[in-house]
Amino acid sequence: MFRIARLIAAKDLRIELRSRVVTNQVLPFAMIVMVMFAFALKTDEVVEKVAPGLVWLATLFSLLILVQRAFAIETADGATEAMRAAGVDPAGIFLGKALALAAQLAVLEILLLILAVVLYNSKLHAGGVVLLVTTLLAATIGLALVGTLYGGLAAGVRGRETLLPLLLLPVVAPVLIGATRATEAALGTSGAVVSDGWPWLGLLGVFVALFSVGGTLAFGPLIEE
Amino acid sequence: METVVHLSNAVAVLGQFPVLAGASLTVERGEIVLLQGPNGAGKTSLLRLFAGLMPLARGEGNVLGFDLRTNREAVRKRVGLLGHANGLYSDLTVTENVRFWGATIGASESEVGAAMTRMGLAQRLKDVQVAKLSAGQKRRTALACLIARRAELWLLDEPHAGLDAAGRDELDATLREATAAGATIVVASHELERAGALATRLVEVVGGQVRESQVAPDGDNRSQAAG
Repeated sequence: MFRIARLIAAKDLRIELRSRVVTNQVLPFAMIVMVMFAFALKTDEVVEKVAPGLVWLATLFSLLILVQRAFAIETADGATEAMRAAGVDPAGIFLGKALALAAQLAVLEILLLILAVVLYNSKLHAGGVVLLVTTLLAATIGLALVGTLYGGLAAGVRGRETLLPLLLLPVVAPVLIGATRATEAALGTSGAVVSDGWPWLGLLGVFVALFSVGGTLAFGPLIEE
Repeated sequence: METVVHLSNAVAVLGQFPVLAGASLTVERGEIVLLQGPNGAGKTSLLRLFAGLMPLARGEGNVLGFDLRTNREAVRKRVGLLGHANGLYSDLTVTENVRFWGATIGASESEVGAAMTRMGLAQRLKDVQVAKLSAGQKRRTALACLIARRAELWLLDEPHAGLDAAGRDELDATLREATAAGATIVVASHELERAGALATRLVEVVGGQVRESQVAPDGDNRSQAAG
């Protein structure tokens, strides 16, 4: 399973490096979303307060594009069907695609956080670094797992482009809430302190555990006919 | 002769619709069997059943020693199904694609190289992105992936579709070479003139049943030449 996961992740990342869809399309899209939020909210005080939520909202919107792309490369020339026909371990496919997605999301989130500091005047504190990094890690893995699971589910059906947001966004609501609260605590937004963030990180941990086990078990039947 | 496929009164259902209604067929190692018949006759379903992608509802089925009723997932690693799509990644090069598919079963670098050499892909085309290949070159790459995966039974659905005359000749030569190397091939095709000349045996599929099975006119000669 882990050998196949490494193989799939390496293949997906190589395709991304070659096609540069994330760097040329997804990153600019996420940055435009962040700028548009700043325009819409107008006053600096409001923007500063809601900055953590805006970072995670921009991440979720970008996640939709990344997941569509991750499965478009599989369905374009029937590779999903070919992998099924070749008896490639579905749990390995799931973990590999989630790993590649997590790597791309991590790069995106770091850049969005830097943008939040520049655009929204968010402040990083030394005391909140551990919480911030752990939150990024847990939320990234959670989003990648659930994105891969629902991406696989939607990939085989008609109208997948519109179906995916409908399925995915309600499911990732706990990640949005948990990651936003934990990031607020890490950045000290609206007087929040670091200790406020750890319980939310616990929520993210439960989400990751649930979808790593559930996704590994469910992905095979999902891509079967 | 070693029996690679044995099907007896096989019934397979897609949704509520029986796509195979008591099909019986035996295929021996090294044969090239052509499945012919009208659209919707059950040719593709037969290939998918052999590939372990479709459950056997009734009857008996055995592919490469695996019982299709109880162990159809296990047959997939030893069978190569090539349908209308090639299963290739257009952003990757020919070598990267063959290496990827070979790695799914742990093929060595030398096996990957040998598969590419056999398909004539080891020189000029090895570093070319699949997106830049012609239809025939893509088909050859897909077949190299089957070889790298050590597929023993090749299931090809309309393999000549979309290929020009040169590409078809190349494909036919490849398939004859593959059987000479020990592979068994089942081809579903509407192009009887082309695929019939390639086959060692013709099988007619009508209404989900195998109606007729006959040795191709010069099948024996080809088998000997291939062997």
